[in-house]
Amino acid sequence: MKALLLRDLRLAVRAGGGFGLSLAFFLIVTVLVPFAVGPEAGTLSRIGPGVLWVGALLATLLSLDRQFALDHEDGALPLIATSPLPLEAVALIKAVAHWLTTGLPLTLAAAPLGILLNLDVRAFPWLVLTLALGTPALSVIGTFGAALTVGIRRGGLLLSLLVLPLYVPTLIFGAEAARRGAQGLDVATPLLMLGGITLGALALLPFAAGAVLRINLR
Amino acid sequence: MSIWEYANPKKFIATTAPVIPWAFGGALLCLGVGLVWGFFLTPVADKFGSTVKIIYLHVPSAMIAINAWIMMLVASLVWLIRRHHVSALAAKAAAPVGMTMTLIALWTGAVWGQPMWGTWWAWDPRLTSFLILFLFYLGYVALWEAIPDPDQAADLTSVLCLVGSVFALLSRYAVNFWNQGLHQGATLSMDTEEHISDVYWLPLVICIGGFVLLFVALVLMRTGTEIRLRRLRALERQAQRVTA
Repeated sequence: MKALLLRDLRLAVRAGGGFGLSLAFFLIVTVLVPFAVGPEAGTLSRIGPGVLWVGALLATLLSLDRQFALDHEDGALPLIATSPLPLEAVALIKAVAHWLTTGLPLTLAAAPLGILLNLDVRAFPWLVLTLALGTPALSVIGTFGAALTVGIRRGGLLLSLLVLPLYVPTLIFGAEAARRGAQGLDVATPLLMLGGITLGALALLPFAAGAVLRINLR
Repeated sequence: MSIWEYANPKKFIATTAPVIPWAFGGALLCLGVGLVWGFFLTPVADKFGSTVKIIYLHVPSAMIAINAWIMMLVASLVWLIRRHHVSALAAKAAAPVGMTMTLIALWTGAVWGQPMWGTWWAWDPRLTSFLILFLFYLGYVALWEAIPDPDQAADLTSVLCLVGSVFALLSRYAVNFWNQGLHQGATLSMDTEEHISDVYWLPLVICIGGFVLLFVALVLMRTGTEIRLRRLRALERQAQRVTA
């Protein structure tokens, strides 16, 4: 398990792994928003948490199709599948590796990007906290989507179409908690729901991902 | 004698083929009676004006939209557990019908919302969750289209249907929490406070019956088509093998 995790991390960080890509994408999306809605500080700080959430979500999506597709192309995936490790664990590790190389950097990058959007001081801890809680769910759900579309040629677009509706509850609770925190309102309910979604996804979706991987490798 | 006998494609077609014209006829009759009764013979509601009459299309299509997904969920489970091909094909056949019903519900709702709420669209929980349901249908149909191998496609879409159901339900409650609604409560419920008045009730039930029959007819017909298509492909492969 550890070997697979380290291998995935190494592959992601080294050249051609696209590690910095999602961060750069996140930066560009955040920079584009003020061009689109205007530079007015009040508007930007109001929509800031939501924009950063959507940006992080899209950046997560960007790196998903590499997850199994590369291993599938070079034939590593059948080898991993024949190892003693169950495919459910493989899916979980892939999700963890994805989060460590995408979700975690995005969470950390969200704070400096918040400055660009003129975010309120109170909003920063909530933004980082909700992203830290929510991005693991995005990674796990995305891993399921990637496992689903692994055998399909040019499955990237289909992957987005399948995964984005699944992201809706996470986005709603995450952005809502960040927004409420920024305005100093009670955040307990959305935050608990967000944590619940993450834990539930972590507990159940690796099984679904393992099942679809098995079907795709048949 | 058990229900699983109908998992035999031949028996399925033999049993359902005579039912289809009756279902279509019944749907036509119910919709004709229900819509004419509803549109021309019911009084105009004091709060809504004549726009209330779109309810005869809006409520049945919305009910079918949700129940079609539930039917797909059950069919997917049957496929995953018992591996009956007819079940997987029925789920495939129901998806575009359900998707169209979702679109009809969204569209009639927009047409109704314009005079009543002054807007075509509002981010109301019910409206939003229907839009999300539409996206789920879209993804499901797209996945069926993308995979050439029929068994693999059936497996993958079934798992997607299961996972999607959980997330669709979750989205429903998330959306509820996220925004307060403009939409009125349940149209048909045991709670008489919410219930529509009796004058509209009977034509509405007839219309719902018509939509149910229409859905049954369409799904049976499409399932039969899928079975025949699969048979045709098998025959073509056989012919190729003979000539080769």
